[in-house]
Amino acid sequence: MSAKSAYKVVTFSGGVHPDYDGKDLTRECAITEAPLLDQYQVIVHQNIGAPPKVIVNTGDEVKKGQVIAEANGFVSVPLHAPTSGEIGKPIEVPGPMGTNVPVVVIDADGKDEWGELMPPIDWKNSDGDTIKDRIRAAGIVGMGGAAFPTHVKLSPPADKKIDYMILNGAECEPYLTADHRLMLEQPEKVLAGAAILAKSIGVENIYIGIELNKQNAIDTLLAKADEYNVKIIGLKVLYPQGAEKQLIYAATGRKVPAGGLPMEAGCVVQNVATAAAVFDAVVEGKPLIERITTITGTPVVKPGNWKLRMGYTVAQALELAGGVKENPGKLILGGPMMGFAQKSLQVPIAKNSSGILLLARNEVVQYESMPCIRCGKCVGACPMNLLPGTLSSQIESESFDLAEQYNVMDCIECGSCAYICPSNRPLVQHFRRAKAEINMKRRAQQKK
Amino acid sequence: MSEEIVNEIKLPNESELILSSSPHLHVKQDIRKIMLTVLIALLPTTVAGIYFFGFDALKVIFYCVAFCVLLEMLWFKMAGKPMSTVKDGSAALTGLLLALNLSSAMPWWVCLIGALLAIWLGKQVFGGLGHNPFNPALVARVGLLIGLPGYMTTWVPTKLMTQTPVTEYSKQFFSPTGLTDLAAGNLDAITCATPLGVLGTTEKILDTTVQATFLDVSSLDACWQYFIGNVGGCIGEVSALALLIGGVILVATKLIKWQVPVAYIGSVAIFTYIISSIWPGVTPMPLFHILTGGLLIGAIFMATDMVTSPMTTTGAVIFGVGCGIITCLIRIWGNYPEGVSFSILFMNALVPLIDRFARTKPFGFKKLIAKGADA
Ligand code: SF4
Ligand code: SF4
Repeated sequence: MSAKSAYKVVTFSGGVHPDYDGKDLTRECAITEAPLLDQYQVIVHQNIGAPPKVIVNTGDEVKKGQVIAEANGFVSVPLHAPTSGEIGKPIEVPGPMGTNVPVVVIDADGKDEWGELMPPIDWKNSDGDTIKDRIRAAGIVGMGGAAFPTHVKLSPPADKKIDYMILNGAECEPYLTADHRLMLEQPEKVLAGAAILAKSIGVENIYIGIELNKQNAIDTLLAKADEYNVKIIGLKVLYPQGAEKQLIYAATGRKVPAGGLPMEAGCVVQNVATAAAVFDAVVEGKPLIERITTITGTPVVKPGNWKLRMGYTVAQALELAGGVKENPGKLILGGPMMGFAQKSLQVPIAKNSSGILLLARNEVVQYESMPCIRCGKCVGACPMNLLPGTLSSQIESESFDLAEQYNVMDCIECGSCAYICPSNRPLVQHFRRAKAEINMKRRAQQKK
Repeated sequence: MSEEIVNEIKLPNESELILSSSPHLHVKQDIRKIMLTVLIALLPTTVAGIYFFGFDALKVIFYCVAFCVLLEMLWFKMAGKPMSTVKDGSAALTGLLLALNLSSAMPWWVCLIGALLAIWLGKQVFGGLGHNPFNPALVARVGLLIGLPGYMTTWVPTKLMTQTPVTEYSKQFFSPTGLTDLAAGNLDAITCATPLGVLGTTEKILDTTVQATFLDVSSLDACWQYFIGNVGGCIGEVSALALLIGGVILVATKLIKWQVPVAYIGSVAIFTYIISSIWPGVTPMPLFHILTGGLLIGAIFMATDMVTSPMTTTGAVIFGVGCGIITCLIRIWGNYPEGVSFSILFMNALVPLIDRFARTKPFGFKKLIAKGADA
């Protein structure tokens, strides 16, 4: 390997090593295009922020890529039709967060015809706002899990100077390999997407952080990285290496101030899948209507990586993977550390559905409130340097003020503490509860 | 792809899906496994104790473990708590630690009182495992020492020490009558002194005879005997070798913070080195202090008890150094020959303070302060 393409290896402090990372199930599975469906149920509200406003009516004919809902305010993105067809009656279906959500139903005409694509942008010679507007028009949100509108992240206040664009290719969540396959199979898209993102905010330093368990992806990207002026960073295999603040620290040595945003450390972090979507939007004029999702877990017959349109349901996705060998005990959207357990197979895929994971019944963990034995394991595991054990005892006795003083608000809910706790304590649940209580209190105080 | 079997595709049964909060993975570790590992780490010490003190030691261990487990069960029964908690193994561990902190000459009823003190007073009145501020086994040891000092300061020699002819090394621990008994083969009621006890009875002055005693008790040969465990004392304190093996197991399995024993033993070594260098008549050299009495079992197994020691590594260092200094103060200038139990209990009481002081700063916290958010 030439000295030019060498990369440094970095990490953060804290974190955990899951005993089994499940990546072997799908690591070798090439991305496969999912077949067309007769009907798609597209969740309307797929972004953090205001839900977009539906602008189609029952009976309307739509083309693939046509806007079916318009952005509603700055922190909002439009939504596009995943295929051509006729709009059905609006209904509600079970959503990923447990409540029912409205969907736009599209009865596919089977032609899968694109509408008019947006014109390609010569991004190298265009200004940042043109790129950002396009990213927004394409409906792009953070595809790593947060679903935060990408253009908002690319619009720091004028007084914040951004020095680094960092792409998150860590994919530190066990079981998931979608980003891995993407980097391996479409490296140029990722690299060009990174360059476009950097250009949109006028940043020169572009990093892509990748965990060392994806050596072939590192090598593939390294081979072409120089062309795009991108630097590859090797990350030690450690969860949550891909958490924003941890990634920034590992890559640049900068610490995002507690309670602050990455831009306060002069950084913007984007997921690699988001970068690829940005490439599609800017260079090919295509809106975000599909994503790569890992369908996996030991009960799954044929685990794999699939390119799914928005509106595929979990049940339909699982059929692609051959169904299940045995009845699973848990269905998770996302990864096993931060993903959400589901009760219904009718939940549609959304822009941030990085994985559909099934756990066998004997793999399911039940958290019971055993006493904290003060072993301190959680303290060593917390990437945010908190005292999870102490916090959870405080929260158990309803001392939310104390928990606030002990910085529970800085918890990123990564789950490292709950993973490692020998007492099996429901730590993350505690912290979510405390955060909700504290937020409520703060809001009440503001009103006064 | 030949998918004629489409109809046979089986999908998950929704009614069997469990909803719960993330994370959905958990380490293969629980309290029971932790307790079991600590018990395994204590195995070399237990075996050494039985080897040196014979069947009596085994009896004491059996009594203590059995009483502790039974009393824990009784408590659960009375409190109406689920009996399954006994399975976490913490009562058995407390029982073993208690036994290892007693002399092998202990009658069964003292073991029972000890178990009562440990499980009920030391642990359950505070709300059970995880809520007890003091190490339960040490609560029992100190309680017995105060209530039944006679039993707690009577030591029997190891089997090796009583072999005739009595070695020069062993002689220093027997009284003249003891030696007569030994010679007569009258082994039943024979007692001996511990090295720290020998020190305790000498006047602490700058006297050459005292210094000679120091040289005797801390000679290389004597230290070797202490190291392997051929010395009077509690069942579990005698073999430094066995304790160190246990310590290695605990550190390797990450069940203790190595900072505690290192800070504890290190501060005793430094403290006694300074004192013995300045005033050679006051106390022997560090090696003697490290190898005798309850220092090693205290530093490795008692001070490291998760529940009763600080949570952060900084806290662990403070805690260890505190234990070390107090141990030295008691050993050198106190009324008791041994200070390990008191020092750990004292530091246990300070843990909430230490924890508050040694709180971790959240990631990125400094910057916020630097920005002027005066808190
Ligand atoms: S306290 Fe929050 S940030 Fe720390 S390990 Fe637990 S979930 Fe992660
Ligand atoms: S890991 Fe669990 S038992 Fe250990 S200190 Fe943290 S909360 Fe308590």
